[in-house]
This record gives sequence, C-alpha cells and structure tokens, in this order.
Amino acid sequence: MTGEEPLLTAVGLHKAYGPTAALGGADFSIRHGEIVAVMGPSGSGKSTLLHCLAGIVVPDSGSVTYRGTELTGLPDARRSELRRTDFGFVFQFGRLVPELTCLENVALPLRLGGARRKEAEAAAGEWLERLEVAGVARKRPGEISGGQGQRVAVARALVTSPRVVFADEPTGALDSLNGERVMELLTDAARFTDAAVVLVTHETRVAAYSDREVVVRDGAARDMATIR
Amino acid sequence: MRALHDLALGMRFAVSGGREGRLRTGLTALGVGLGVALLLAASSVPSIIDGRMARTDARGVAATHSGGVARSDTSFLYIDASTEFHGRPVSGTLLRADGAHATPPPGVAAVPRPGDMVVSPALRDLMNAPGGTLLRRRLPFHDAGTVAGAGLLDPGELVYYAGDSDLSTDRGAHRASAYGSDDARDPLDPMLIAVIALICVVLLVPVIVFIATAVRFGGERRDRRLAVLRLVGADARATRRMAAGEALFGAGAGLAAGGAIFAVARHFAGSIRLWGMSAFPADVTPVPLLAALVVVAVLATSVGAALFALRSVSIEPLGVVREAEPRARRLWWRLAAPAAGIATLVLTHRFAGKNAALHTVPIIVGAALTLIGLVGLLPWLVEKAVVRLRGGPVPWQLATRRLQLSGGSASRAVGGITVAVAGAILLQMVFGGIQDDFAHPDDSTGAVPTSSAHRHGAPREADVTVQVSAGDMGLARRLATSLGSTRGVSGVAATVEAYATPLAGTSARPGQGGGAITTVTVGDCASLRAFARIPSCHDGDTFVSRTSAATAVDDRPGEVVALDSGDGGHGASAARFTVPYSARTVRALPGWQGESHAGVLATPAALDASTIGGAVTWARVWTDGGRSPGTVERVRTAAALADPAARVDTWVDEARDRQYASVQTGLKIGGTATMALIAAGLLVSAIEQLRERRRLLAVLVAFGTRRSTLAWSVLWQTAVPVVVGTVLAVVGGVALGKVTLDLLAEPVGSWWVFWPYASMGAAVILLVTLACMPPLWRLMRPDGLHTE
Amino acid sequence: MSIGHTLLGLLETGPRHGYDLKRAFDDRFGHDRPLHYGQVYSTMSRLLKNGLVEVDSVESGDGPERKRYAVTDAGVTDVREWLEKPEKPEPYLQSTLYTKVVIALLTGRDAAVLLDTQRAEHLRWMRDLTERKRRGDLADQLICDHALFHLDADIRWLELTAARLGRLAEEVRK
Repeated sequence: MTGEEPLLTAVGLHKAYGPTAALGGADFSIRHGEIVAVMGPSGSGKSTLLHCLAGIVVPDSGSVTYRGTELTGLPDARRSELRRTDFGFVFQFGRLVPELTCLENVALPLRLGGARRKEAEAAAGEWLERLEVAGVARKRPGEISGGQGQRVAVARALVTSPRVVFADEPTGALDSLNGERVMELLTDAARFTDAAVVLVTHETRVAAYSDREVVVRDGAARDMATIR
Repeated sequence: MRALHDLALGMRFAVSGGREGRLRTGLTALGVGLGVALLLAASSVPSIIDGRMARTDARGVAATHSGGVARSDTSFLYIDASTEFHGRPVSGTLLRADGAHATPPPGVAAVPRPGDMVVSPALRDLMNAPGGTLLRRRLPFHDAGTVAGAGLLDPGELVYYAGDSDLSTDRGAHRASAYGSDDARDPLDPMLIAVIALICVVLLVPVIVFIATAVRFGGERRDRRLAVLRLVGADARATRRMAAGEALFGAGAGLAAGGAIFAVARHFAGSIRLWGMSAFPADVTPVPLLAALVVVAVLATSVGAALFALRSVSIEPLGVVREAEPRARRLWWRLAAPAAGIATLVLTHRFAGKNAALHTVPIIVGAALTLIGLVGLLPWLVEKAVVRLRGGPVPWQLATRRLQLSGGSASRAVGGITVAVAGAILLQMVFGGIQDDFAHPDDSTGAVPTSSAHRHGAPREADVTVQVSAGDMGLARRLATSLGSTRGVSGVAATVEAYATPLAGTSARPGQGGGAITTVTVGDCASLRAFARIPSCHDGDTFVSRTSAATAVDDRPGEVVALDSGDGGHGASAARFTVPYSARTVRALPGWQGESHAGVLATPAALDASTIGGAVTWARVWTDGGRSPGTVERVRTAAALADPAARVDTWVDEARDRQYASVQTGLKIGGTATMALIAAGLLVSAIEQLRERRRLLAVLVAFGTRRSTLAWSVLWQTAVPVVVGTVLAVVGGVALGKVTLDLLAEPVGSWWVFWPYASMGAAVILLVTLACMPPLWRLMRPDGLHTE
Repeated sequence: MSIGHTLLGLLETGPRHGYDLKRAFDDRFGHDRPLHYGQVYSTMSRLLKNGLVEVDSVESGDGPERKRYAVTDAGVTDVREWLEKPEKPEPYLQSTLYTKVVIALLTGRDAAVLLDTQRAEHLRWMRDLTERKRRGDLADQLICDHALFHLDADIRWLELTAARLGRLAEEVRK
C-alpha cells in the first residue's frame, strides 16, 4: 500500500442517538502515516466520527473502509480484533485502568491480543521509557500526575504498533506545556512507527501538530485542505 | 439544632437524588426490608410458641383424679389413636360419649357419633391426595366434619377425632368430662434451648450483616455528593451527620418496607412448614418488646455502618480522598472476637462441667462472638489472599488488582455468607451430633440395627411394634394373621404381656427393694420362639426364660405370681398364677438394645390371658428390611384396622433418616433464604460497581477487549471473596461445631456436613456473575463512550 | 484594509453617488475613522481608470456635479478574488476580516467559506510555527508561541463569527 492510497475512508456517515443526529453525511479519509486533526464545536459529532472510524460504533448508514475492508459489515468480534491489532486509542483524562499499575496498563492491549505477560511488559517498559515516564511503571494511575497519565495512555495506544491511532482530546485535561509535550511525544511516536493519527480536538494549537485539518459542523465533515 | 438540621438534610438527599438516587434508596429499602421482615418473623416465634402451647393445653384432657371421673351426662371415654403417615404424625383420638351432652374437644362441635370422625383440613387433603389410600383404609370412619382452627396447633396439623362405641375402660380407655389441662410443663430441655439459641444467632447475625451492607449501597456516589457539600461550606462533622441522616432514611424506609413485606407474608404462614411445623397467621405477631428492639437495632446498625464506612475516607471539599495505600488491616483486633468466642466455649467446657443448663448463655455468647468475629476476619483474609497475586490471564489480573485496591466492599457483602455458612455448618454438626440421642435414646454405642433380611426369632429386636393397652388374646391372634399377611412383613410375634409380682417370701430379700418384678408373656409357640430358644413346644406349655447373667428372680417353677401389672402384690383382687413345675427353663435371646425378654413365657392354654390385669397386647413385626417400600405404612394400616387405638412404633432406619432429613431440609431452606438475600446484596453492589466503571468499560471495549474477558473478570472478582469466605466459614464452622459438641458432651456425627454449603457458595458465585451479564453487556455497548 | 475593495463591494449592491458611498462606508466600518470625501474621490478615480467602476449617470443640479458610480464585471471579479484570497495571518486582522465578512454578506456571497479559508490559512501558519518551534531553541519557541497564541485567538474569533453568521447577515441586510 502506497502513501497515496487512503488507509481509512468514510463515505456518507449518518448516525443518530435517539432523536438527535450526531452525524449527517460525513466523509473522511486518512492516508498512511498522516496526522489529521478533527475539529469542531462541542456536540458537532467529532467524537461520533472517531467512534465510527474506529469501528466502535456502527453508523446508521454510510461506509467505513479500512485497507479495502468494509468495517460496517464486520461482526463485533472481528471489529474488536481489528481494534486490538491495528488501532490504538488515547482518551481525555487517560482513562487508565485504576487498579492496574502503569506498566500493566501499557501491557494490557498486548495481553488482550494474547501476548505473554513477560514479553508484553518488556515492550510496555520500552514505550514508557520512550515517553519519558519509565519512573512511574510500578505506580497506579491514582498516584501519578495528569501529564504522566496521558503519556502512559499514549504509550498504551502505541504499544501494539498500530496503523491508526485515534486520539480523542488527548490534551483536554492538561495545561498548555504538558499538553504540548504530550502532542510532541504522540506525533513523534506516530511518525516513528509510521502510524496514522486521527486527532479529535477543539484546540487549534493542538490541531497545529497535524498535517491536515477536518472541521465537523452539524454532523458534516469538511476537509479544510480542499477549500481553495 | 444544627445537628438535627444536618440529619434532615441528609434524609432529603436520600429522597431527592433523581432517578438514580431513588433507585438506590429503593434498593436499600428493599434490602433492609427483607432483613427486617426476617427479624420480625423471628420476633414472632414466641407468640407462635405461646399460641401452640395455649392450644395444646386447651385440648389436653383435664387432669383426672386417681379415682377417675364419675360417669355423667358430660363425661366421655377417650383413647389415643395417633398414628404416623410417611413420617408425619397424625394425632388421633377415639371418643365415646357417655351422655347426650358430652364435652366435645376444642374446635369440634359435638363428640362424633360412632363410626364418624371429624378431621383437620390438612388431614382431609392428605387422605384425598393420590397416595392417601392407605391412610383412608387406616381410618375407616365416615368423614362427618372438620376440626376448626381452635383445635389445631397449626394449619397443617393432621388431627382426627373418631367416635367408637366399643371403647371401655377395660380396653384401655380413660374417662374425662372436660378439656383443658393446666399441668405444669416440664421445662424445656437445656440442650434444646441451647440449640434454639444457636439457631437464632445463626439466622440473625447474617441478617444484621446484610442490613449493614444494604445501607451502604451507593456509598461512593454519596461520598462524592458529600464532598460537594464540603465545598459549599459544610464541615467534616456535618457531613458525617448528613451521612447518618441518609442512612437513617434508608433504614426507616427499610423498616416500612419490612413491615409491609411481613404483613403480607404472614398470611402465607400456614403454607410454610419448617421442621414439620407451621403457624396460624394470627399467631405470627411480633412480641412488642422484640419488635421495638428490631426497630432500634436496625436504626443503630444502619447509622453505625454508615459512620464506620466513613472512617477510612476523608471527605474533602475537592473530592473524596481514600488513602491511596489503604491502611494496613491489623490482625489482632480482628482475631480478638473469634478467639474470645472460642475461648468462652472451651473454658466453659473445662470449668463448668456437664450441666448443660448452665451452658446456654456461654454457648450463645461464644457462638455469636465467633460468628461475628469471622465477618471482621474476612476483609483481612481476602486482602492477604490477593496481595501477593500477580499476573495470570488478563481477566484474573483485572479481578485481583481490583480486589487489591478495594476488596472491602466485596468482603463486606461476602461477610454475610461467611456467617450464614459457618452457622449452618455449626447447626448441622450439632444436630448431627445430638441426633443419635433423639433417635434411640437407650443406645449408648449408637449402633443401629441392620436392615438386612433376617429370620423370625433371630437375635434381634423387631422392626415395628404394635401395642394395644388391653390384654386380648383374640386381638393378638387377629394381629398375627393380618400383619403376617401384610406385604413386606417377614415375621410376627403376637403376645399378651404384663408385669407380675412373685408372691414368695423372696420379695423381702435384702437389696431387692419392693420386690423383683417379672414379666408374663402369653403367646402361641411360634410367637414365644421370638424371645427364647425353645426346642419343643405345645399349647399348654410354660417356660421360664433366663438370660446368661441369671439374676435370682422368683418366678421359678412352683412359685405363685400375682398378675397385677407389677403392683407389688398389694392388689388383693388380682388373679394369681402358679408357674407349673413342668415349666422348662430356656435361654432368652438377646434383644438389640441389650435387653432380653426374660420371665415367664406361657402358651394360651396354660394361662388365660383375659385374667391378667393391666396387660398389653403386643405384636412384634419383623420386616424384610426395606426391600418392600412402604411396609411400615401397611403395618400401621393393618394394625389400625385390627384396633384403631393400636400404637405403632418403628425402629426402621428410614424413619430416623426422615427425621434427620427434615432437620436438614429446614436448615437448607433457611440457609438458602439467607444465601439468596446475600446474593442479592452481592449482586446489587456488583452491578453498582459496573455502573460506576461505565467509562472504563467503554474504553476497554474501544481497545478491542473481548466481552468474555470482562465476564471472566467479573466472575473472578466475585469468586475470590466468596471462596475465601466459604473456606473461612467451613474452617470456622467446623471448629465451632466441634467445640460446641464437646460442650454438649456429644460426639461429632460427621465432619463432611459442609459440602452442601460450599456448593451453595459456588452457586452464589455463578448466580451473581450470570445476573451481572445483562448489565455488563448493556454497559459494554459503545454508547458508554458517548456519554462524555 | 483595502478601501478600494470595500467601496467596490458596496457598489456591488447597487449604483451610488460618491457621497452615499462615504455614508454607507462610515455607517458600517467607519465608527472610529470616518472616510474623507477626498479619499472616496481619489479611490473612485483610480477604480475608473482601472475599469472596475463606471459612471452610471451624472446629475447636474443646483449643487456641485454628482456622479453615480456602478461596478463593472471586472470590478465584481476583483471583489470576488479579494474575498476569496485569505489574508496573511498577522496580528489585529479583525477589522479587515470583519469588513470582508460584511461585504460578502452584503453581496450575497458565502461568508462561511471565507471564514473557513481564512481559518485554513491561519492553521497552515500555525503548523509552520509549530514545526519551527519543535526544531528551534528556547528563544525560537518563545517567539513562535507568541505568534501561535495570537493566531489561536484569531481562529477563535473566526469560529465565533462563523457561529454567528446568521445573526450578522440579518443585521447587515437591515
């Protein structure tokens, strides 16, 4: 697959939660190794777009194609497997499993994929080091700062060497300095592993770390690169 | 004033928490309500017993003077004709009115006419049920009416009164003119009191534990709300008071719910049978003092539990701070209670001797302390059990890590199980231990007759005995014929027996007291061979039977005995019988109780049975050892047809097993109810935990976590505390049972009584896990992520 | 701010006299700096010379000679190009951007596209600055951050304006 072909494409996504329409015909595409910021006012449907792209949510209509495979038709088990093997996730507030140590949190996606504990934790340790948080490996999420937690979350998203990382407001709970550092580490790491990043954010300065920007308004996505 | 205000505010929160809050309060009310209903039922037990006692007294025949009651217009003859049907006692009385105004028994309008009977509704149902054929044949009377509630101990009691024109005092009947006995009752057996006290402790401690758990439903959410209140200016003491207020409301709602549940459930009291007993709804009324105690105890428990829960949490304005590394649970004070309990029991045993009456209080205190102590020990044990656990598969890791961080709530819920299981094991062991006493009180070795087939006359006591309190050789023959032709009966010995007093001077022999009494047994040769080795026998023969340890009894050939039922030779009117010189001395066969049937054995032609005073007609029945099921019931029926007043006793194993089984069943019902209650509590807290982790679950789903992974994690999270709790309960229960049995001077019947309860624990794990699946599935839908 | 483009845009809504143009301009944009009539006159001369406007009619009455100007096709194209071309992101752009939005609304063009275009241009700059910042030393970082924060503020304004376009259009067309 060359860098020019889209890795993940969505066409005409519609999704409604009860009476409220979250997406009304959104299109999206991302290429190999590309970092795309998804922006838009709150409630515009950008998180829903991310969930549809990642196969977490099945859209009411429209299609999501990942490397030639139509995601919307896949059974839940196959989509879950895809999320384990090909996708990585970073959420606002980290959303680490509070009972597990940071190391175990990072190793979790590998272990869910069936890796042995020793190997998974060795790989997790390397990633914690790369993200400059090797010191908190044995601590629990409740005992570390927000910035550290978010770095651990980034490590957790990248530990499986995913092809696409979905980041939903990864700096939402951080101050600017910490937020920028997390963004630097995330984008560096993504470039290092050649992962594409779908970056949902409402902060322009975070979006500035992307290659391209898509704005979601009233459920429709608009690629800002194609405006002119 | 301020404090009251805070309490009231806390109560307001309990009501006004939105849908979520109302649901939580509802759950608490339901949980506490179930516990309260159980407590109210327990506090009604004295009323139920009083009611039974009152009716027992009312239908007892008024005490007769030694001279007997004179025949009058109101007098009547009666004889007990009680029987048993498949292990259930049927209380029966044959009546014969002396005059037109004979007093009827309570609950009956008039003394039934000869051939008629009045029956209790339960007995009528049983007779009309399929399988009641034998019972209908056994009671060959015309059903002429119903015994009303006033004449029954409980709605399920099997009672009949039948009119019989053949009754006479000669045939064992007694005359009376009124009902209502005021006999001073024997005080309850101290051992029974101890057992009843144990039952109360075992049943009530888990209920209290459950109530304490129920008022903490939704605790974490409440803590967060209290934190917000701190932010707007409430101080730490005020938040505690508000928490207390909230708990008070929950407990109050629970009391109301419990009262309502109880009020409805008591109407169904009649359809519940425990230990073969039931109760009239009207009797199921809590004793006011105990009811007040329940109210106070529930309120105090709930407030105490709420405040205790806040102990390890500091509610700060910016949130709830739990000690990141929870303070190490100290062992010593957790061990103090059970150790004190066991020590109480052991020391009582050591110093108080064997007077069980004195043991009641120490047994209650010791058992209660130990059981309650187990609840305290559990969180420590769960913590110790999981603290070293590392790794394992992902679900196991998630579960153990979760327990390491906050195993307290699970342990609390499981605490109830621990007490219930330990208590049930204790009771079962105690019952098992004292069961032998109830089954065959004279057998010190506990040996039970084998049910193997045997020959007539084998050195072994009969399986079934039939007695009629009148010496009637004709009756004996009829019994021999009808019983002998009953299916499953392998042998019958039908005799007329009585005690007799030898009249020779030996009665005054030093050391022999008021005269050695012997027995006179009249029966045909075949029947007599059941008691002694008799080589040859013809009608007209007389034998003197001797055991190997021959005591000098003066019934030697040539002696004269007074056939006065062992009255000591004072009854001048009693007939006499001279043991003929032709009487041979024969060797008595040993009976299974170690007692041989020695004395004078006479054939009917040698001694006219009708001359014997106070004689009893006996039929000893040997069965084929259970190869034909229902033999005992057929024997009862045959005996009842020969004489309705025949008393049938059985020593067959199945009867004993059934009695034991009913105790076991009762315990299992109680245990299951308690377990169900606790499972409900466990389920509520598990589901609540799931709801609180909704976002985390959504994140794990996003990562592609399989549902089965999370399902297994829920299973392990429930299983670990339950398994630890059950092991603790088994160890504690068996230890407590052993100590208690020692105290009651009883041997341990079986060490393995805990199996059903251990499997019940496993069932709870499965049940809770399964019931958690629908909410887990719902929460794992990706909408969880959307709530942000 | 380009007065020529603004006046052209105003003329696109209909021919006007020079004085009307000044009044329309002052009403909408000249709150603090009213236009001199001389400015209008010289701008109109330049636009006439470039063929972007034409004289629609001349009224000769008792007062001075009054020319009525109208926009030519070339003028309309010029306004369109001006509106479509994003401004170079720099501090204190609002007045130009505001003028553009109002002219777009007045002339019935899509103001949202204008805003999005500007936003994309801003983000392109921010990306460059972010890249420079990542490679540079502390001084570079501080300087870039200053610009980034200003651009960030602009984009927020663009977002806000985009969200209020409907109301603005109503007011403008009143």
